[in-house]
Amino acid sequence: MKVSIKAGLVAAIAFAGFAVTGSTLADEGLPEGVTAVKATPPSKDHPLDEILSGWTFRTPETQALQQDDFENPGYLWVERGEALWSEVDGSAGKACASCHNDAADSMKGVGAEMPKWDAKLNRPLTMEQRINNCRTENMGAKEWKWESTQMLSMTSYVRNQSRGMPVNVQADGPMASWVAKGKEVYYTRVGQLDMSCANCHEANYGKYIRADFLSQGHSNGFPTYRLKWQKIGSLHRRFKGCMKNIRATPYKVGGDEFVALEVYLAQRGKGLQVEAPAVRN
Amino acid sequence: MKQANTPIAICAGLACLFAATTASADAVTPDKVMFDDLEVKTSLTGAPGDAKAGKKWFANRKLGNCLACHVNKDLANQPFHGEVGPPMDGAGDRYTQEQLRGILVDSKAVFGPDTIMPGFYRVDPGARTAKKFKGKTILSGEQIEDIIAYVMTLKE
Repeated sequence: MKVSIKAGLVAAIAFAGFAVTGSTLADEGLPEGVTAVKATPPSKDHPLDEILSGWTFRTPETQALQQDDFENPGYLWVERGEALWSEVDGSAGKACASCHNDAADSMKGVGAEMPKWDAKLNRPLTMEQRINNCRTENMGAKEWKWESTQMLSMTSYVRNQSRGMPVNVQADGPMASWVAKGKEVYYTRVGQLDMSCANCHEANYGKYIRADFLSQGHSNGFPTYRLKWQKIGSLHRRFKGCMKNIRATPYKVGGDEFVALEVYLAQRGKGLQVEAPAVRN
Repeated sequence: MKQANTPIAICAGLACLFAATTASADAVTPDKVMFDDLEVKTSLTGAPGDAKAGKKWFANRKLGNCLACHVNKDLANQPFHGEVGPPMDGAGDRYTQEQLRGILVDSKAVFGPDTIMPGFYRVDPGARTAKKFKGKTILSGEQIEDIIAYVMTLKE
């Protein structure tokens, strides 16, 4: 059944006039649109010997869903984001496209550098915050909720324009104190189970904890379609879930602690290629 | 070292009843546990544990979730044994009850501050403990004694 659906899709694409390159990506064992799932740590004092994308810790079945964009359920949100890009919203009568034109050009590389320092606000902004800032300041539109379909669609679409590009967050200058704050969050033991991010994702990656195969916990795949969620979700949602698992009160989604953690994680996984929308379990 | 047993004698009316019912389960409260050379000598309940119940606690996902980190052949009928901690097979040959009690109560007091293993008889060790779990230990003293009795049966 699955084969015939896929064959049908391939036939449809061929009919539409696109080049059909076959399943060479699947054979090479890489996600679509990505040429490497590992990176070399930039310095000797990096806590990891080898930086591995969450992709490398997933089963062949889960990986397969990310090896073909037509099977990747996260693409539904990318497509919704593409539609939203040129939809007028707000009192200024503008769409994203009114100023940023074609996202394939204007947004290329943007997602690889998030969270990014905003000189006007004197703080780093995540992609969600950047989008909402643009909506309220330039479009006269209402903010989108962090985990809303619109926000997830737009972040998926924009980040997807950087797919295959190495994560390259700024870590020096004014960002240094946010990296430090995020590092502190990363290594602080919390909850009744008294664990930090590092206990699982630094000291025990590559091992099973119950049914979960522990990854290094990088952020390059976000927004990620999670099989457990049956939808795409933000990095902060994942943070929240992790904290709940260790029986701690999570920090606020979009709050400074999680933004700092996002900055630190991006810095920690610097060099990994953006995979959004990744598929994980 | 001897554990100081100072039962609360001054109480009145309802307060006394309350204190009596909550304190009766475990003779040694978390703040009164005494470590002696990485071991805890005294039973937390003042009585030996029940190995059969301990087997149940060991497999329970909602309590200490021992299987999440430890492979245990004796529970081969249960799915998803973790591999973060050492296998439990033969643990009854390798440890004494007193050593196991120390590890279960507060693994960090035994293995050092870097271990991932939670202390199962500690109150609010981590920051930001969720409301639901605040002021509570992961396992009761009775459950810990039961698990000790169970692990002691794991011989090779």
